[in-house]
Amino acid sequence: MNYIEFLLWVRGPAFQIAIAVFVFGISLRLLEILLLGRSPEYAAPRGSAVRGGFRTLLTRTMSEESIFRRAPLLIIAGYVFHLGLFIVILLLVPHILVFKDLLGFSWSGLPTPIIDAVAVITLLALFILLIYRIKHPVLRFLSTSQDYFAWLITFLPLLTGYMAYHHMINPYPVILGLHILSVEILMVFFPFTKLMHAFTLVMARWYNGANAGHKGVQA
Amino acid sequence: MSKYPTIGESLRHQGISRRDFLKFCTAVASILALPAAMIPKIAEALESTPRQSAIWLSFQECTGCTESLTRSHAPTLEGLIFDLISLDYHHTLQAAAGTAAESAREAAMQGNKGNYLVIVDGSIPLGNPGYSTIAGISNVDMLKEVVAGAKAVVAVGTCAAYGGIPHAAPNPTGAVSVDSLITDKPIINIPGCPPIPLVIAGVVAHFVTFGQLPNLDSLKRPHSFFGQTIHDRCYRRPFYDKGLFAETFDDEGAKQGWCLYKLGCKGPVTYNACATTKWNDGVSFPIESGHGCLGCSEPNFWDAGGFYKPLSVPINGVIKATTGYALAAGAAVGAASGALNRLKRSQARQNHETVTITDLERNQK
Repeated sequence: MNYIEFLLWVRGPAFQIAIAVFVFGISLRLLEILLLGRSPEYAAPRGSAVRGGFRTLLTRTMSEESIFRRAPLLIIAGYVFHLGLFIVILLLVPHILVFKDLLGFSWSGLPTPIIDAVAVITLLALFILLIYRIKHPVLRFLSTSQDYFAWLITFLPLLTGYMAYHHMINPYPVILGLHILSVEILMVFFPFTKLMHAFTLVMARWYNGANAGHKGVQA
Repeated sequence: MSKYPTIGESLRHQGISRRDFLKFCTAVASILALPAAMIPKIAEALESTPRQSAIWLSFQECTGCTESLTRSHAPTLEGLIFDLISLDYHHTLQAAAGTAAESAREAAMQGNKGNYLVIVDGSIPLGNPGYSTIAGISNVDMLKEVVAGAKAVVAVGTCAAYGGIPHAAPNPTGAVSVDSLITDKPIINIPGCPPIPLVIAGVVAHFVTFGQLPNLDSLKRPHSFFGQTIHDRCYRRPFYDKGLFAETFDDEGAKQGWCLYKLGCKGPVTYNACATTKWNDGVSFPIESGHGCLGCSEPNFWDAGGFYKPLSVPINGVIKATTGYALAAGAAVGAASGALNRLKRSQARQNHETVTITDLERNQK
């Protein structure tokens, strides 16, 4: 297999496998969760479930001040890498073209050097979080191999994308192919690891908040 | 002039001045990325070497490669290739036909055994030898027979280098490239549809001067011409970096000469010299004329997902169907799993035994 055949493979059959596994996994897990249903609510309502839901959506997205003061770096790096990922994935023109091809609509992107800078910041933030996870005794104790694996498959697409843009491996189709392949690995494992939180966090927060709201708990 | 004139003699015979000859040597050194000190050496070698005997074999091809060479305006550098070599057999260009033509080939093979250059354009069909024959000889037989006594093989054009259009899916003739059949001779690929004539001239000049082929990359292409991508040397590159793209071929961006990435330009993955050497005596190259690069000097460029689809976009046309099936399958398995969970819960509820105070007290004793 020469490098062009490799690139054609990752853009063709490999992408097809990846998207099939991704869509299969997401629909399986979402349906599984939703079909669990909610236990019947016997208590008389003491507050609004809807308001509780919205409030928790917001409060769980913001950081509690006391918690922030205990580990500011962890929280800032966490925000930075999530925002960075959104910018890099959704605002780089070649990425937007993929979404346009798959979804049928598109939006405008940012100049590549800006994305490049954001990618570097995101890589640094992810790196800081890894070091933090390894250095902090409690966090290290709580970490499973899946945590490190999820970190790796998130880190690799960013790293290979950065390397592709800067032509760090020649010929260029090799690193471009590796970048696409790393995203496909991410897609395959996404629904079956904790990365699934991207799809579940809104409803999970809503569920907790609505429960608390119904009971009149100030959560 | 002797029976085997040197290249120098031949050029003078054509009315090329010494000044023009040295200019040509300088250009050859420069395009091959050789130091200026090599220019006298090239001049000396070309001056004193008899013209290199070459046999040109045309298989499954469209004659575009030959057209590209012969249409270049004399006395350009490209035109001079015919003065560097003694083209002993080329069934499109030679005057002889039929038996006379084939005898010319055999005479050249015997007269220069072990020293001649074989230039091939077109792919070789393996599906059925009858798909392409010359004088009743199948392409694969003729290639093997001629290459047996050759010093080196030059695969000119994408068809000879990688199989090209005949090799494109579904490849009805079973077309293959030259290097998939020939493994015991030095081979150089000069891909392109058509290839840049100057590259052919440069490679031949290098071969005549040094007696060997220039440095090659992993796809057997000369480094000096295929070392950088079209994108690396594209004059529209600054627009790519700024994020300024033409959305259609006639919008304001296209008129401003913005980057053609969104319109499917394959420049970023295409290694060739078009952006620097240009075409038609240095007039322009495809991107300069407003059309994206097709990637014609890379393998399988016909099967790379469409000329107008951006490079980053997945190739397969059946992704929507795949996604639909995957969604349905996921939903089905999810529903089954959900039903199973409900069953477990109702069973747990049924098996639930109420524990009374007396039970607990009994356990404590």
